Amino acid sequence: MGKFVLGAVLALTLGAGTAFAEVPKPAAQAWSFNGVFGTFDRAALRRGLQVYTEVCAACHSLSLVYYRHLQSVGFSEEEIKTLAREFEVEDGPNDDGEMFTRPAKPTDPFASPFPNAQAARAANAGALPPDLSVMTKARKGGEDYLHAVLVGYRDEVPAGVEVMEGLFFNEYFSGQQIAMPPPLADGAVEYADGTKATVQQMSMDVVTFLAWAAEPTLEDRKRLGIKTLLFLLVLTAMLYALKRKIWSDVH
Amino acid sequence: MTSPTWNNPVVKWIEYRLPVFSFTQDHLIDYPTPKNLNYWWNFGSLAGITLTIMIVTGIVLAMHYTPHVDYAFESVERIMRDVNYGWLIRYVHMNGGSMFFAVVYIHIFRGLYYGSYKAPREMLWIIGIIILLTMMATAFLGYVLPWGQMSFWAATVITNMFSAFPLIGEPIVTWLWGGFSVDNPTLNRFFSLHYLLPFVIFALVFLHLWALHVHHSNNPLGIDTKGPQDTIPFHPYYTIKDLFGLGVFMLVFLGFVFFAPNFFVEPDNYIKANPMQTPTHIVPEWYLTPFYAILRAITFDIWFIPAKLIGVIAMFGSVLILVLVPWLDTSKVRSARYRPIYKQVYWFFLIDCIVLGWVGFNSPDAMFMGAVSFLRIGQVATAYYFLHLLVVLPVLGKLERPRSPPESISAAVTKDSDTVTEAA
Repeated sequence: MGKFVLGAVLALTLGAGTAFAEVPKPAAQAWSFNGVFGTFDRAALRRGLQVYTEVCAACHSLSLVYYRHLQSVGFSEEEIKTLAREFEVEDGPNDDGEMFTRPAKPTDPFASPFPNAQAARAANAGALPPDLSVMTKARKGGEDYLHAVLVGYRDEVPAGVEVMEGLFFNEYFSGQQIAMPPPLADGAVEYADGTKATVQQMSMDVVTFLAWAAEPTLEDRKRLGIKTLLFLLVLTAMLYALKRKIWSDVH
Repeated sequence: MTSPTWNNPVVKWIEYRLPVFSFTQDHLIDYPTPKNLNYWWNFGSLAGITLTIMIVTGIVLAMHYTPHVDYAFESVERIMRDVNYGWLIRYVHMNGGSMFFAVVYIHIFRGLYYGSYKAPREMLWIIGIIILLTMMATAFLGYVLPWGQMSFWAATVITNMFSAFPLIGEPIVTWLWGGFSVDNPTLNRFFSLHYLLPFVIFALVFLHLWALHVHHSNNPLGIDTKGPQDTIPFHPYYTIKDLFGLGVFMLVFLGFVFFAPNFFVEPDNYIKANPMQTPTHIVPEWYLTPFYAILRAITFDIWFIPAKLIGVIAMFGSVLILVLVPWLDTSKVRSARYRPIYKQVYWFFLIDCIVLGWVGFNSPDAMFMGAVSFLRIGQVATAYYFLHLLVVLPVLGKLERPRSPPESISAAVTKDSDTVTEAA
């Protein structure tokens, strides 16, 4: 068994370089949360939540994120309650020993579309839609890559590429054949704030939302980081001055 | 060195029974230190501080982490999302691993440049190499704990290395796993050992310092201190210099923590471990890639010894051989400053190690600039690694004609300052 696994691993690592067609590098996007001072665009987050809820959530879970987490990006308690109530979750057992369903509460994680992985596969022709909680950190290229995949479907398949039954051609997906049908189409959602729901717009919005889902403490981190580094910079400069002073009698 | 006498009765009472006050005075305050240490000597104290940071953050993380295959990944994310400042503690611990190795590698290469491993500091060096080995084991164990894809497959690949040994190999692997695959018992024991080993490192660091304080620090000139004119007390001179160095180090360290916390991480480790799905590209963390490159460089059997076994031996050998460096290097002159040829092969060796690290990141089959496979580059670099240590070092010590180092540190320092004054 051991030898087999190592052999398989070596074979796979050996083969990795040649197995797939050249996938273009995703273009860098101007995300609102880029850079030292970047923060999540609140309007984009709301739109992105809407895209996730109305489109992605049909297949993809977000099981590490709780409804209550939305409070940190400006959702009111009432809004969160209303949002959560739209979903049914299983709870129990009750005093009779029965499991029951009830509307979700802010203290619940985002409701999953399928009860388990087997059900998810059964409903998706054998493919498992991955959980999206840390998706932007789980793919090389992060947000840029996710956006590239979401807008990377092509109707015209390049010459010489044979797309397998049940798969779709996607320019940016590893192997360029993806089981996920094109999830976005112009006008797939109707934005409450009147923004035009183009594929490009929805993709940018939902990726912003997923970036927040993967790193909800990003803004706290950067804020504390700026303060800490400024403090350290001053402290280190003073330590250097002190060092010069103390050492002045040595040379 | 005479310690001051204390008048405070409590201090006197304690001092008589356990001389902690004179110990502190002798080893942290008056401790005579060569006056010419440069900034490369900061990395020892930085390593000690990083170890402390790792232990403190690690203990806090352990309060919130669940070592179970069903919950480990989720509990780490819970730390990131719901524990107060959990994201900070975890990012410090995660990047701290990389920082620790960076600091220790610089510390080791400083020792190699200035000949700090030579008599009478061989024990100091050997303990250092044992610390490095223990660090590698600890880092590997810790990397498995978040139970991501890389965690799981790194655990699988590394434990499987032991299967290369004939007869005993397979039983050893089963014993390490606590079963017939990497599973919950493996994760549990890895957590237990990951908590234990840092304290072993701490004890080893104590021995390292003990050995250091017997013959004191080497210095850039590589000559012995001749008397009080060559030394200055550790405090305040080196306490302030180390503190300034710490400030610069923390700027870099926390720069990563706050603004690029996932810089060193493989994205695959944010995918929960899946025994049914092998990642296309299994790579260890950057600080282990040189050794991974050596492991994979051996693709040929020698006689009846299978390639895999030779690879494993070469990999362990590449670290263990460092223990012999004090004897492999036959030159009597410590510092590379006075060894014109060593000074050059030293840089060549350093580049060789960096090349190995770079090769370890790439799949052996991939071509560099379309011309040469990474496997071939790795093989040449591995060959040079051992050639440098086993042939170049011993032969060079005999053949090279070193320049003569200055008489004493103070002589050199006065001469230097004379030149500076003249130039001014």
